[in-house]
Amino acid sequence: MNALDVTMDETGADERRIGGVLMEMKNITLRFGGVKAITDISFDIREGEIRAIIGPNGAGKSSMLNVISGFYVPQEGEVWFRGKRRPQMKPYEVAQQGIARTFQNIALFEGMSVLDNIMTGRLTLMKTGLWSQALWWGRAQAEEVEHRAKVERIIDFLEIQHIRKTPVGRLPYGLKKRVELARALATEPKLLLLDEPMAGMNVEEKEDMCRFILDTNDEFGTTIALIEHDMGVVMDLSDRVVVMDYGKKIGDGTPDEIRSNKAVIDAYLGVQHD
Amino acid sequence: MAETGDLVSIPALLHRNAAAFPRQPAYREKEFGIWQVWSWAEAASEIRAIALGFLALGLQRGDHVAVVGRNRPALYWSMVAAQMCGAVPVPLYQDAVAEEMVYVLDHCGARFVICGDQEQVDKVIEVQDRIHHIEQVVYVDKRGMRKYDHSRMNWLEDVVAEGRAAHRRFDEELDGRIAELDYDSTCVMLYTSGTTGKPKGVVLSNRNIIETSKNSVAFDGLRPGDEVLAYLPMAWVGDFIFSVGQAMWTGFCVNCPESATTMMNDLREIGPTYFFAPPRVFEGQLTNVMIRMEDAGRIKKALFRHYMEVARRVGPAILDGRPVSTADRIAYWIGDKLIYGPLKNTLGFSRVRVGYTAGEAIGPEIFDFYRSLGINLKQLYGQTEASVFITQQPDGQVRSDTVGVPSPGVEVRIAETGEVFYRSPGTFVAYYKNPESTASTKDAEGWVATGDAGFFEEATGHLRIIDRAKDVGKMADGRLFAPKYVENKLKFYPSILEAVVFGNGRERCTAFLNIDLAAVGNWAERNNIAYSSYQELAGHPKVYDMMKGHVEEVNRSIAEDPMLSGCQVHRFLILHKELDADDGEMTRTRKVRRKVIEEKYHDLIAALYDGRTSIHTETEVTYEDGRKGAIRATLRIEDAATHGASAQRMAAE
Repeated sequence: MNALDVTMDETGADERRIGGVLMEMKNITLRFGGVKAITDISFDIREGEIRAIIGPNGAGKSSMLNVISGFYVPQEGEVWFRGKRRPQMKPYEVAQQGIARTFQNIALFEGMSVLDNIMTGRLTLMKTGLWSQALWWGRAQAEEVEHRAKVERIIDFLEIQHIRKTPVGRLPYGLKKRVELARALATEPKLLLLDEPMAGMNVEEKEDMCRFILDTNDEFGTTIALIEHDMGVVMDLSDRVVVMDYGKKIGDGTPDEIRSNKAVIDAYLGVQHD
Repeated sequence: MAETGDLVSIPALLHRNAAAFPRQPAYREKEFGIWQVWSWAEAASEIRAIALGFLALGLQRGDHVAVVGRNRPALYWSMVAAQMCGAVPVPLYQDAVAEEMVYVLDHCGARFVICGDQEQVDKVIEVQDRIHHIEQVVYVDKRGMRKYDHSRMNWLEDVVAEGRAAHRRFDEELDGRIAELDYDSTCVMLYTSGTTGKPKGVVLSNRNIIETSKNSVAFDGLRPGDEVLAYLPMAWVGDFIFSVGQAMWTGFCVNCPESATTMMNDLREIGPTYFFAPPRVFEGQLTNVMIRMEDAGRIKKALFRHYMEVARRVGPAILDGRPVSTADRIAYWIGDKLIYGPLKNTLGFSRVRVGYTAGEAIGPEIFDFYRSLGINLKQLYGQTEASVFITQQPDGQVRSDTVGVPSPGVEVRIAETGEVFYRSPGTFVAYYKNPESTASTKDAEGWVATGDAGFFEEATGHLRIIDRAKDVGKMADGRLFAPKYVENKLKFYPSILEAVVFGNGRERCTAFLNIDLAAVGNWAERNNIAYSSYQELAGHPKVYDMMKGHVEEVNRSIAEDPMLSGCQVHRFLILHKELDADDGEMTRTRKVRRKVIEEKYHDLIAALYDGRTSIHTETEVTYEDGRKGAIRATLRIEDAATHGASAQRMAAE
């Protein structure tokens, strides 16, 4: 009766659990020529948590996210992922490892429909070859149906049914952000990196986005690392927060701890130098 | 025994359908991008399982089961399942905020609440600290529900599974309860949206629903194999009659859209043969078509204009079967191939055999537009207390300014005051727990006051409705004041979304206007008018000029009717916010609440009458999530030219 009986990889657990260390950054230093973008930073991301990286402009947050995603290779320090030291990798290898991301400046295929954009997220999970996909025959057809079913789950999850067939270029900004999240989710990531998911949104869009981030974490058990400027959002969403300033780590802990951290307050509000 | 044999309840009709056409589609719902189908046999099995599950949860005879959520098969099934258990389904408006739900839930004393999703569950939880009789909450969509306390809460699929597992235990009990249902047992209780005061629970019996369905189905020749799209609020009597009463009686298929935002797309995919929509849906579609035609190429535009002119001239005549010349028939046929056919297809109306609009007056241009395309759009007049139908238009006798002849089985009479009364097999049993209101609405002989003023046209026998009887008033000089009449004329302009006219007991009439953001926004874009917010656009001088033009045109047309010429609008302003049900300014069915508006905007009304040219005001607004905020604005007040009124007044003096 229900023709479509695909279940998303739900964790099935009744309690949202925060597990062991998923990723660990050990003494990371990143230089661009003579400029030190990141200086000797260490922190970890635990399985199932929402981890935020905050800091004033130019603090090195996006660089840090790029190190996590494997796009930048630090000159010093080690990245450990799922108990192994991670070697230098190509972007598609990172994706295969179970890391997905969204970008600060939306990076979607503007001319393609929402559905096709999200389908590209399934690319690394497709097993049939180019020719059988081009002919759309046998196994390839069955596989596409299967992937489409999962993508439809995500479309339902993020409530974007009405724009399924709309070209992305015609969508407003807030919806594009949501489509980007959908594409990242389509890769079934273990670790989801969000680079300023709320930038440029109005209050209502922000609230929607918060709900989707929390639901993703809750329903699929996805670990989430995010960079965000809106302090209210960060404090409400995250389990733990890393604070950066001038490429250094100046704080690390739960939102409450961060709120009362002197170094953090100084960095954000400025200090009077006598 | 009743006139319909053994078919004296909805469960009995379901049983018949499952036996008569087990493999025909009964319900469709689009989910995950695909239309899922349930045949009558499958639906009957699901519904029975839900009913067994309800018994396992302890549902008692006579309990009220509140149902709240968007149109989904699972919710329709829950209503029928509740009936099987001898309980009474009470569908609620899904967009009501918790505050509004408290009253209804408290009044009906529901022990079970069936919710569509987390949003509705949250509202029920919110009200539970004030009312304590809710024992079980059942939800359909599991999303986000994992962390909730499930001690008195269940996922519908779990209820179904439990019902199936326990069928040996409850089969006999359930069959017994179904057998107890008769023609006079309550079928459903619906709350009227209430333009005045608290909502009232209208109790409708199986007789009301089934007799009405039987008569109306015969009137329009509905048949198995018809398709309807269920997208109007489940709490509204019309949806209950179309998607439950008529669907069960006839055995046609009920289609549920994927979400409210995909409605237009789903409409196109389904191509219903029987369609109902309030005027605003037709208006919205027409506005969209016109906007898109503005952007079309020159040849397409010319073709569209030419063939729409042909359609306007001969379309309605062809539809009504009146004689039309051969040349015109050929022109219309070509137009159908080139324009009307593709257009109807785009709108999702290719297969519509019977279409209805009601609830509000529909603009004649809009009405004629659809009819000229060959869509059999008709009007009906009805209310919850009548199980919808009071009058409706027979095929071939359709006009935009009447609401038709009395429906089969319905008697209509006009009282001396002009108020319309009716009596029919669909006439409601009573208002729940409100004998005074019941007595004041329905007299001993079964005549019900509609609260509307109207008259029968002598030549055709069709009923015409002027206004709410209580809204029809007198102006200071004794002339007739019919605000709705004027408001409807104003609202026929696509750029005016709402209008509220004042003037009862006063010398002159004035009005508030609401712009239609889609239409005016598009107009602004094409005329290079920059704006950053609704408020700014509404207050733009050029928008005021346009509105002034509309008001003066309306004044001209009102002036032609000597009875109503006093209702010409002398001064008006454009409101800085849309009138909204969340702020209590309208009902959930989008009818203006005059009293609320008069109180809330008393400062603006005062300014309309004391000759000021602008006024500064601050208004409280409620956001969708229930929080409150305020907006401030300085509104301009504009004078509009009137016709003949002063001369007449002088003559009267």
